[in-house]
Amino acid sequence: MSISHAPPGSPAPDIPETSPQGAVEPTSPAPAPDLEPIVPTSSRRTRVPRWLRRTTGPVLLLALWQLLSGTGVLTADVLASPGRIAQVAGDLVADGSLTSAMTTSLQRVAGGLLLGTLIGTGLALVSGLFRVGEDVVDAPVQMLRTVPFVGLIPLFIIWFGIGEAPKIAIITLGVTFPLYLNVYAGIRGVDAQLIEAGESLGLSRWGLVRHVILPGALPGALTGLRYSLGIAWLALVFAEQVNADSGIGFLMVQARDFLRTDVIVVCLIVYAFLGLLADFVVRSLERLLLQWRPTFTGR
Amino acid sequence: MATDVHRPVNPQATEASGAEEPRLTQAVRVQGLTRSFDGRAVIDDLQLDVRPGEFVALLGRSGCGKSTLLRILAGLDRDIEGTVLVPRRKAVAFQAPRLMPWKKVWRNVLLGLPGKPDRAIADRALEEVGLSHRTDAWPKTLSGGEAQRASLARALVREPDLLLLDEPFGALDALTRIKAQHLVGELWQRRGCAVLLVTHDVEEAVLLADRVLVMDEGVIAHEQEIDLARPRDITDPRFAEIRGQLLERLGVDTAAEAA
Repeated sequence: MSISHAPPGSPAPDIPETSPQGAVEPTSPAPAPDLEPIVPTSSRRTRVPRWLRRTTGPVLLLALWQLLSGTGVLTADVLASPGRIAQVAGDLVADGSLTSAMTTSLQRVAGGLLLGTLIGTGLALVSGLFRVGEDVVDAPVQMLRTVPFVGLIPLFIIWFGIGEAPKIAIITLGVTFPLYLNVYAGIRGVDAQLIEAGESLGLSRWGLVRHVILPGALPGALTGLRYSLGIAWLALVFAEQVNADSGIGFLMVQARDFLRTDVIVVCLIVYAFLGLLADFVVRSLERLLLQWRPTFTGR
Repeated sequence: MATDVHRPVNPQATEASGAEEPRLTQAVRVQGLTRSFDGRAVIDDLQLDVRPGEFVALLGRSGCGKSTLLRILAGLDRDIEGTVLVPRRKAVAFQAPRLMPWKKVWRNVLLGLPGKPDRAIADRALEEVGLSHRTDAWPKTLSGGEAQRASLARALVREPDLLLLDEPFGALDALTRIKAQHLVGELWQRRGCAVLLVTHDVEEAVLLADRVLVMDEGVIAHEQEIDLARPRDITDPRFAEIRGQLLERLGVDTAAEAA
């Protein structure tokens, strides 16, 4: 039966040939397979240090930009050259306008972030830990979440005037929802087996929250914090471009009126760096708070 | 040694007339226990007594309700009818070690103890299970056997009068399982607490228990005292005989093997 299934090219005469001299077969060794070395990772890895590898991308981009500006492909009114931008940045720092704008913006973000974190985490705790809380809190939050918070700026200006309050309120609103969603999901995603184990160890309700539920929700909470930080900067840009008389956004609006692309780019770079800084803070927090979690770090 | 400690109480006799003097002579007393899931009784009018210091193994096919019974005794499932009396101090070791991954091993051991317990208590318990070198490790870095021993230390540090083991060796590899079984036997002899071991490994049950119960259709369908001397020898023909009988009870035909 197996012969009928054998491919036509198979050496059929093998069978009659080997069967009479079956005793000889074991003595002839099987053909050795081709061996290939398993290269240890240490030798495969390049010798270039990590930070250098990480900076090559941005540096290459900068070089390209400078090249395009230098050759005149990119004119100054479209986008200023990196050299020019560095010079303008130096000037802005020197006359103090950039630093004072940054301080104002940072204060706004910090205020909004603090308020949003408190509200978002608080609501998530209420609806995550208590079923009653879920029934009361979750539906309204899910409804409000779908309202684009930027659309509320006019309303906020009417409510809070044009001072700091509407700007902080916008950031707070932007920060609250991603944090709420992730902390809530984190709490509800805690392994039921661990909660049961905690119960069997005689933990009280508060003990369960403190030792099992909150630490278990922490990875989710930090993800939420990261989203929130991103949104906080976004909200800041929006808030500062409407009715502001200080801050980075105001600087940009001003530069737009004078067609100063160099100042705009400087402000954008500042935003980018502040965003990077915030990300770095969250990463450090994660490394510190989630050291129990072995994670895949890439190859 | 075990048979010296435990006065021979006739379980059949106490079951009929033991209602007057319940808690003193029993570590566990279950009467008329029923637990239903969606109207289907998984445990149906079950009776069970465990003497203080007795090692009881509970066998049964999967889904027969043996884990449910253990969860009820642990106080984790209270959706029940009937009488269940258990000691205040009881501890559970689950099949999965269920260590809190965000707490180092020694903190896991102390978790849930009243007051502010000293770390030395955890260290002592971990030493008892042979894990003193891993007290400062994160649970996710432990091997399966180590994690299970940490879970055992966490149960023992509570100095339980009743230790509930829910297939604690089920997820271990064969070699680690033998070691863990010996460890549990030793710890039980040293501590003298009552143990209820839920397992589906007949050999493990006969090796460790004073009494083996077979659960079926929601009740204890069969009960067998194991009066073999300890330490027990798997190669002992009487061991094989008991094992064969129990397997037969569980519906596994071992006629050829037992003969």
